[in-house]
Amino acid sequence: MKIERKPLTLWERLYLPAIISGMMLTFSHLFRKKVTLRYPEEKPEMPPGYRGQPVLVKDDEGRVKCVACQLCEFVCPPRAIRIKPMAYPENAKYKKVEKTPEEFEIDMIRCIFCGYCEEVCPERAIFLRGPYSVTGLSRKDMVFNKEKLLELGGTLPDPIKKWRKK
Amino acid sequence: MDPILIHLIKIVGVVGVLLFICAYIVLAERRICAFIQDRLGPNRVGIPLWIRKDGSAIQIGARWALGQPIIDALKAIFKEDFVPGHVNKFYFWLGPMLVMAPALMVWAAIPFGSTLCGVPMIIADVNVGILLVFALASLGVYGIVLGGWASNSKYPFLGGIRGSAQLISYELCLGLSVIPLFMQVGSLRLTEVVRWQTEHLWLVCYPWNWLPAIIYVASSFAETNRAPFDLPEAEQELAGGYNTEYSSMKFAMFFLAEYANMITASALMVVLFLGGWHLPFVPVSGGIAVGVAHICIFLAKVCALALVFIWVRWTVPRVRYDQLMGLGWKVFLPLALAGVLITGLAIVAGWSPS
Repeated sequence: MKIERKPLTLWERLYLPAIISGMMLTFSHLFRKKVTLRYPEEKPEMPPGYRGQPVLVKDDEGRVKCVACQLCEFVCPPRAIRIKPMAYPENAKYKKVEKTPEEFEIDMIRCIFCGYCEEVCPERAIFLRGPYSVTGLSRKDMVFNKEKLLELGGTLPDPIKKWRKK
Repeated sequence: MDPILIHLIKIVGVVGVLLFICAYIVLAERRICAFIQDRLGPNRVGIPLWIRKDGSAIQIGARWALGQPIIDALKAIFKEDFVPGHVNKFYFWLGPMLVMAPALMVWAAIPFGSTLCGVPMIIADVNVGILLVFALASLGVYGIVLGGWASNSKYPFLGGIRGSAQLISYELCLGLSVIPLFMQVGSLRLTEVVRWQTEHLWLVCYPWNWLPAIIYVASSFAETNRAPFDLPEAEQELAGGYNTEYSSMKFAMFFLAEYANMITASALMVVLFLGGWHLPFVPVSGGIAVGVAHICIFLAKVCALALVFIWVRWTVPRVRYDQLMGLGWKVFLPLALAGVLITGLAIVAGWSPS
């Protein structure tokens, strides 16, 4: 393809008009809304579906959706997940679910945010969601237990009430 | 009072104010460039007043990062001063000093105010004022050349070479562009230039001075190694330019000298074209208040021009080396000569008051 390069007109060859219009443009930028945030104080709003750290969720009845099938523990490439299953007691409301995690720990140092756990979960109980800045002062701090993961995950109303019908 | 003491006070005052403005113009540059790029820029460090028991500090101006120059200077001082093994030590040390000293020395001949308590607000009112200023200002290139050469490494060397070629080329245009002014004023003394402008209009108000003014501004951008003519320190091409091998305070000297040069260039611009300390409706002579007002007017003008320097830097892209040389020799040199001619005609025709 042949690109025609027009010779500059005298007005363009003076350069000064172009420089002045450029300076006007940069001057207008001085007063525009800034796109950066004062990070630790202001945090960006993450879009829905953002793949942050793995969290556990409860259903709308407040039940921990995880049934301790340990598939995520099995599939996790860096073996960051450790689950200790527990049977529901005899008189529990959710006896029919049979199992629930007694302990559910994710080592956030090991986690590689791959999302396999979310993909493999048959109960839609673990998600990679909002929190993205995972910090801690010790290795122990970085092992997130069940309570912390549930707190981060919150409640996720699910249209499919799988256990109600059983 | 002892005249030597008065001179000492003036010298200390000028150097102090100059370095202070230098420090804060660096902050202004960072802040303004951030704003132009829609960023926030430095906005954390205020001037600390008191440290609370929990380690947090009460500080003022944190939003505007007023403490930034202080910690920048502290950082530069406490950083490791690394001297590479392959450098020529003596010239390596001499470089930053040589680039800083002329930038400060030039202020000896710049009138920064009228009179204060009967003392003229200029350190040395020499009758070859502008020649002294240009002679000292062009010494600054030695620092850059020496720094580039003594680093004994190819990119700084190229930066130094570029610096010297550029400064020599534009020195010529700079010198030629101010000749018309002295044809009108009739004296090389800078106080005389300002006095002429207080009696008539500012020199920039006369149409035949517009061309020299533009050439002067562009040449002083080149002379101070500022964008769009910052080829000696073109990061993308030269890995930093003449100061690549420098670290710590020696680098900070180069850095500060750039800003000192910038302020000096804008001060000269103010003196030559924008009426120095003169402002319409402010009395030309009077008591202490008027003297102080004149100094403030001068400083305000200098700072405003320095901000224009910054503004231009973050607007205009860097020119190519052959464009730089072409502009200097093929455009500015003939135009500056034409400026001399036009002003000559204006004086002969009797348009210029003198």
